[in-house]
Amino acid sequence: MSLSTRIEKESVATALQKRALSRPQETLILTSLTFCAAVSLITTVLIVGVLVRESLTFFEEVSITEFFDPTKDWQPLFNPVGYGVWELVAGTVNVTLWALLLAVPVGLATAVYLSEYAHPNTRKLLKPVLEALAGVPTVVYAYFGLVVVTQEILRPLFAEVGIEVPIFNALAASIMLAIMILPTIASVSEDAMSNVPRDLREAAYGLGSTRLEVAIRVVFPAALSGIIAAILLAIARVVGETVIVAIIAGSTPKLTLDPLESVQTMTGFMLQVALGDAQRGTVDYQSLFAVGMMLFLITLVFNVAAYFFVRRYREEYE
Amino acid sequence: MATVPVTLRATGAVARRQLASRVSRYVFLGASLLGVVVLAYLTYDTIDTAWTRLSWNIVTNYPSRFADQAGLRPAIFGTFWIMVATMTMAIPVAVGTAIWIEEFAPRNRLLTIVQINLANLAGVPSIIYGILGLTIFVRFYGMDRSILAAGFTLALMIIPMTVIASQEAIRQVPPSLREGALALGATKWQAVRHNVLPNAIPGIMTGTILATSRAIGETAALIVIGGFTFIRFDPGPAIPGDLANPVAFWDGLREGFTIIPIQIYGWIINSRLEYQHNAAAGIIVLMTGVMTLNLIATVIRERFRRD
Repeated sequence: MSLSTRIEKESVATALQKRALSRPQETLILTSLTFCAAVSLITTVLIVGVLVRESLTFFEEVSITEFFDPTKDWQPLFNPVGYGVWELVAGTVNVTLWALLLAVPVGLATAVYLSEYAHPNTRKLLKPVLEALAGVPTVVYAYFGLVVVTQEILRPLFAEVGIEVPIFNALAASIMLAIMILPTIASVSEDAMSNVPRDLREAAYGLGSTRLEVAIRVVFPAALSGIIAAILLAIARVVGETVIVAIIAGSTPKLTLDPLESVQTMTGFMLQVALGDAQRGTVDYQSLFAVGMMLFLITLVFNVAAYFFVRRYREEYE
Repeated sequence: MATVPVTLRATGAVARRQLASRVSRYVFLGASLLGVVVLAYLTYDTIDTAWTRLSWNIVTNYPSRFADQAGLRPAIFGTFWIMVATMTMAIPVAVGTAIWIEEFAPRNRLLTIVQINLANLAGVPSIIYGILGLTIFVRFYGMDRSILAAGFTLALMIIPMTVIASQEAIRQVPPSLREGALALGATKWQAVRHNVLPNAIPGIMTGTILATSRAIGETAALIVIGGFTFIRFDPGPAIPGDLANPVAFWDGLREGFTIIPIQIYGWIINSRLEYQHNAAAGIIVLMTGVMTLNLIATVIRERFRRD
């Protein structure tokens, strides 16, 4: 009895001693973990710093009023030179708009099916396929859009009704962008729908609702903030996608929302400058940063808004 | 006695609502299958186009003016070394950040800022990371258009994604494990190191592998860094010659590079049609790598699933 108490006391003492000894190590570890967390804050500071600094050089040459003048063309590479950014923004809005029109209905229908209709086994089968789609590198979609969608589907199809579709067009890009964001929309909104408490569904069934009515009138509104988050995230991804639009949509800045035109997006222009041999310090080259700044701000708004919507639905039901 | 006909079949408005509900199942199913159909058709069409060009020399040859001789060899070495560099830098920082957020961070406004910042960084377009890498690593730190600069750039790009996945994994560990260790007198770090982390490892690995497969396919950011070049040597440290020699190893990491998706990009935009077959064959090589990684991630996740 007395022996075991002594052993216990001893081991507690040793443990406490060890603990005291390990304090410096503890501090060291906490410091390095804090440093790790600081890396992402530093990244943001660097991104903003680089974009602001280099954009300022651009705006020394080109006035902000010209940059945002809707009557000006975007034509930095040949005469008459013009830096009206709206043409690039219009290109981005063009492909984003059509991509969303295609992807949102299909994505939400997929989410409703997975969350409300599918047998658990079907779900188990379908979800990995969706995840596989999410993992496809965008250069693959770019190839597919140019070679298959434009040349094998869109051009022959529209030729039937007498419309000649250019090789590089916004519609093929939108279709591929829609396929790219389909998994994002489906899985984020499915997550939100699955989080809707069972009681809400049971109550609606108890009142005689059909499955469709439960899905559309109960689950859908209850999951709305998650669904909005899904769409916002998808918008940010489409706006920032580069290779698909650079290869499929063309390189002609144009103030149009016509999907059958060849357009250039903000990212498409940035890639063009990066590929070209514009010298560092020239206005052409600096325009890369000004357009990059616009792109960063636009995606920032959508990303942060999505963050708050996600948090809201998590708080509502968890 | 007259019997009242009893029927359980709904009529009128109720029947219409039930019909609508039954039909809706197939509409929604159809929409969900669209993804599967597209994936299947994409695979079929790519294999069909690649067929005439599929041979080992697509993997073993250097780029060439002749489409049937052009291969991915330098791009494969480039992709391999850039992934090694990216992961070496990204994994410790990302896991460290996740541990800090979940286990050590004070629950205050700073934490909210860190989390909003991560959520935003995860959605910053990759081409912006390219610009950052070009300005900071290529120019400011004078790494030139090297494997090292590409690795740093991609590391910054995938850290947010990896942090978020690792956070999920750490959160899945039952609090009782941590609390038990703390109650027995373990320090906070001891509890994390011996009780939380071992249980979170499968989830962290899954997230990390998925981030790697995202990084392998990244094209735009590395074009900005300077990966769109014609290379006729094997970029990176020589295997196995340079592995034991730190100086040669470092020099190898300072070499120029190209990567598989950029080589595919080059073949797609090439105006000569025969390069389309190369692009398709290149896509098969790339997708084989990506899908293998995704499969490994899925297997790990299913293996260690905790319900």
